[in-house]
Amino acid sequence: MSALLVTRVGPLATVQDLGRPGHARLGVTTSGAADRSALRLGNRILGNDPAAAGIEVLLGGLEVRSVGRTTVALTGAPAPLTVAGRPASPCVPLDLRDGETLSLGMPPTGLRSYLAVRGRLEVARVFGSASTDPTSGVGPPLLEPGTLLSISRVGSEQRCGVDDLAATDLAAPASPAVGDLVLRVVLGPRDDWFDPASVARFTTSAWEVTADLDRVGIRLAGPPLARSRMGELASEGVVRGSVQVPPSGQPLVFLADHPTTGGYPVIGVLADEDTDALAQVRPGGRLRFRPTRPSWT
Amino acid sequence: MRLRPCGDRAVLVELADADERRRLEAALRATPLPGVLEHVPAARTVLVTVNDPTRLAGVVAALRSLTLPLTGADVATESVPDTDVLEIPVTYDGDDLPEVAAHLGCDVREVVTRHTGQVWLVEFAGFAPGFGYLLGDRGGLEVPRRSTPRTRIPAGAVGLAGPWSGVYPRASPGGWQLIGRTDLEMWDTRRDPPAVLEPGRRVRFLEAGL
Repeated sequence: MSALLVTRVGPLATVQDLGRPGHARLGVTTSGAADRSALRLGNRILGNDPAAAGIEVLLGGLEVRSVGRTTVALTGAPAPLTVAGRPASPCVPLDLRDGETLSLGMPPTGLRSYLAVRGRLEVARVFGSASTDPTSGVGPPLLEPGTLLSISRVGSEQRCGVDDLAATDLAAPASPAVGDLVLRVVLGPRDDWFDPASVARFTTSAWEVTADLDRVGIRLAGPPLARSRMGELASEGVVRGSVQVPPSGQPLVFLADHPTTGGYPVIGVLADEDTDALAQVRPGGRLRFRPTRPSWT
Repeated sequence: MRLRPCGDRAVLVELADADERRRLEAALRATPLPGVLEHVPAARTVLVTVNDPTRLAGVVAALRSLTLPLTGADVATESVPDTDVLEIPVTYDGDDLPEVAAHLGCDVREVVTRHTGQVWLVEFAGFAPGFGYLLGDRGGLEVPRRSTPRTRIPAGAVGLAGPWSGVYPRASPGGWQLIGRTDLEMWDTRRDPPAVLEPGRRVRFLEAGL
């Protein structure tokens, strides 16, 4: 069995897969990679199951040493990387020999890089998932210097097929969005708690991503959204992508580690897929919400 | 029953009251809808989620044609046998006991008597893994949240807020009025299931050491 030994971490490094959906009724959120598309791409590059666990790295800074031979790939935020001191490329399989160190610098754009690892990371699963939710304490501990991540091989039946692999010939490093990032939103469930002018402002204004962000959610700054209905909303279930508006009128968009219920009205919910790109936007980045109709109305 | 949009992978079903919500849950448990990932109950809503956005329209159509049972009374007991009442031993020494008693116009002893003198039902979960909202069958303990939440409440703290009682599964901030504490672990991932207070579970609080 081979392993990766963590020798240095940046602001935050965690093990993430595609999370543990289906347990919200117990108060357990889905969690999983903040940018799932980046993790899936890394896994495809390595011929892994697309849902295999990798390492989510916030703003670079990670350094790992290979114990035995390992194969990894970097996707997501394009952190400069070196292997044994030599520059290496993102989005390709990188073979690390025993004792070689892979080191990540600070990505010039984006927030989260993913180090996919060929094989299976051997960490304790909770509800079948290796994802760490730092807020609720579910899943394996945060990575820190000294953490040893054992890797076991997986049978070919758990790897993806040749067809999937071929598509990754075109895999390109993530490039920063040009201009405002446009995200699809379905209004509701509580858009009727806001005055019509505020609902219009929500979908016509540009919103700035603030520094108040983590895996739970992202606080936005923009024109305040005013409620037309006062009183307290009884807590109700929320999903990834829900845009909740607290009394300040400044929205909060929920990400991977969102609480399973919330007590502030949700004015709209982003298309689930679009939240991957959102998870890469740095403070100061701008968003716009493009209204779409729910599929069933 | 009103359906409210909730993105491309969920629909929020709003019910008239808690009773109608229980009836919807009973219906969904009796006949699971194809394509549904799960249903997440809250006070007067049930969030119905799907994995695959293309299934949502079908799920909504099925919800619209659903006939609710006349009573939701049995819903709570479907996953947990009626006789299976979980006993939670509590040491009643919470910091807010005097305030709770003052608010209710009784003495501290009476608060303990009311808390231990009824069967509580886990109506739904939320806030944190393993945190259940418990509703008593006799009431008499309705208190407001604290005006200033505490920044740290220890694991095992037993609290009251509105009509609910709850047990903090791990140390966290919180605004509930604390009346006691238990050593029983509410959330343990080495256990299956990890949560003690699953929706539908019935609970009785006992005074520890008696």
